[in-house]
Amino acid sequence: MPELTYREALRTTLIEEMDRDRAVVLLGEDIGLYQGTFRVTADLLDRYGPTRVIDTPISELGFVGAAVGMAMLGLRPVVEVMTWNFALLALDQIVNNAAKVRYFSGGQVDVPLVMRGPNGAGVQLSAQHSQSLEALFGHFPGLYVVAPATPAEARGLLRTAIRGKDPVIFLENAALYGLKGEVPNGAFALPFGQAEVARAGRDVTIVAYSRMLHVALTAADRLAAEGIQAEVINLRSLRPLDIGTVAGSVARTHRAVVVQEQWRPYGAAAEIAASIYEQAFDELDAPVERVTGADAPMPYARNLELLAVPHEDDIVRAVKKTLYAS
Amino acid sequence: MSAMEAKARVTPARHTSLGLSDQDVLDMYYYIALARALDERMWVLQRAGKAMFVISGPGHEGCQVAAVWPMDRTRDWLVPFYRSIAACLVKGMSPTDLLLGLFARANDPSSGGRQMPGHYGHPGVKILSTSSPVGTQYPHAAGIAYAAKIRKTGEVTMTAIGEGGTSQGDVHEALNWAGVYKLPIIFVVENNAYAISVPLHKQVAGGSVAARATGYGFPGVVADGSDVLECYRVAKEAYDRAKRGDGPTLLEFKVPRLGSHSSDDQQERYRTKEEIEADRTRDPLRVFGAYLDGVGLLTEAKRTDVAARIKREIDEATDAADRAPSPDPASAARYVFFEKD
Ligand SMILES: Cc1ncc(C[n+]2csc(CCOP(=O)(O)OP(=O)(O)O)c2C)c(N)n1
Ligand SMILES: [Mg+2]
Repeated sequence: MPELTYREALRTTLIEEMDRDRAVVLLGEDIGLYQGTFRVTADLLDRYGPTRVIDTPISELGFVGAAVGMAMLGLRPVVEVMTWNFALLALDQIVNNAAKVRYFSGGQVDVPLVMRGPNGAGVQLSAQHSQSLEALFGHFPGLYVVAPATPAEARGLLRTAIRGKDPVIFLENAALYGLKGEVPNGAFALPFGQAEVARAGRDVTIVAYSRMLHVALTAADRLAAEGIQAEVINLRSLRPLDIGTVAGSVARTHRAVVVQEQWRPYGAAAEIAASIYEQAFDELDAPVERVTGADAPMPYARNLELLAVPHEDDIVRAVKKTLYAS
Repeated sequence: MSAMEAKARVTPARHTSLGLSDQDVLDMYYYIALARALDERMWVLQRAGKAMFVISGPGHEGCQVAAVWPMDRTRDWLVPFYRSIAACLVKGMSPTDLLLGLFARANDPSSGGRQMPGHYGHPGVKILSTSSPVGTQYPHAAGIAYAAKIRKTGEVTMTAIGEGGTSQGDVHEALNWAGVYKLPIIFVVENNAYAISVPLHKQVAGGSVAARATGYGFPGVVADGSDVLECYRVAKEAYDRAKRGDGPTLLEFKVPRLGSHSSDDQQERYRTKEEIEADRTRDPLRVFGAYLDGVGLLTEAKRTDVAARIKREIDEATDAADRAPSPDPASAARYVFFEKD
């Protein structure tokens, strides 16, 4: 298995899918000549030309709407958003249109649209470039929401997204583009709605996804040094949510900590925690703990920013709380 | 010698016929040079690791100074964008104010260290904070102008954007709105022919932003952003029109982009050396300096004087901003909702 960065895994999968299916087209700001803000589309303009690698005007609502139209007519548009924050300008096309075309056509019309780009905090990008929007998109029936944490997942989930028949919100993370890992070759694909046990342990279950998976794994290492064996579940996909894998783990550990980067109210962790209570209430020896970002827009100043995102310390503390230890 | 410099020599009193005094044009030159020097300092500070990010406006200063010049600095409103360093300086922000934002200090007047650099705001001098998603300032400005109109305050609003940002629906909705209500507003478009790497022809169908104003029922005017006096002339007309209650004007200034998009970009990736070089001949600082030299106002001694004054001011501003404290961690959760004291 070759080692690739997360960025290369995305890029090579785009190439494989574009070679395989001429219906796959890419749209976005600065994705052609500039090769993408995070260079995920490097050289793709040269390879496929401007009809399949489309540098759009700065009009998110317009090009997402156009992509919905292309998808209805059988193309497979993959839209790059410079950051998911700018997808908010296209929210009507995503929520009122992409997510409802199948439903309102009585199941007749497919919308094989993939929207991808970085989600969540970077370093000093401030509130309008740092939001973690998975809870927002996860709320709407009709949208798949996935969040790969590793290069292999980037490839496997992107392939499934591109070959699907429904809109997919594909959440990358700026801090992960340079992350290296082994990536299976061939037509490797990962199904949506299947979490993995990223680390086995008997004392507590930590549920995470995207960049927070790595923070959770570091926290688990630290806990192990103190004799606490944490099991870490990597969700990979938020909608559908693989609550079976999570509940199965909680049945072994009897404690759970859910980690998310975004604000606590109405966040992904609330949904996950509630699902744990529904599926595994009798297994729990302690209330489910949530580790979340601070309840304020992301500040630019570095000292405040560090206070606004969850760190491994916060996870360690939450785990100890479920163990009634301190 | 460029054609414009040559022209400047044969029509020496152009500024006088526009109603500008010698002192006015020297002051305008000072602001253009101040903005440029501050801009260069920001990049030096970023490279030295003192700031995470810089976005600035080299090449845009001439039209900005000219556009704000007719305004009433205490009564009128400016809704800027991230290249508006010169416009904000003329409107009343100080170099220290701008650097406090660059360093994300607690007393940064724009946002108290919350917003990224380049998003200028200063309620005290009627500059409204800008937002990162491009285009969103246009409807805000239309709303401010609408409020001024129904309150009959006589205030004029000016807002600015790049040509790329005009692809947003927000911009068109704001133009339509302003046209429908004949608002006292000036829409500035600083057209540097690029939106990061995307060139004008892939961005603006038909090639002219100004031409679109006609469709919304008000004039759209194009001016060469290197020709500061011409920018002033069209801005003054637009301002008087707004004051008279005759409605909006769109001003499209064609400006050179003398630097990369931001500190995260290298323009050599998508622009030829020749084109970057050609832009330098359109530098408003040079062209306007040559005009003032031609009419005998900017002697070598005067130029040295101005440069020394600017250097001193920027050194002092850098020190003051550098010494200022970062936001208090105890304030991290503040400013989200109204706080009763
Ligand atoms: C809604 C939105 N989409 C994308 C961006 C990213 N972005 C920031 S500046 C910029 C280019 C803007 O070009 P233009 O309006 O021509 O102004 P210039 O920077 O050239 O002065 C882009 C695409 C953004 N800020 N907002
Ligand atoms: Mg531009």
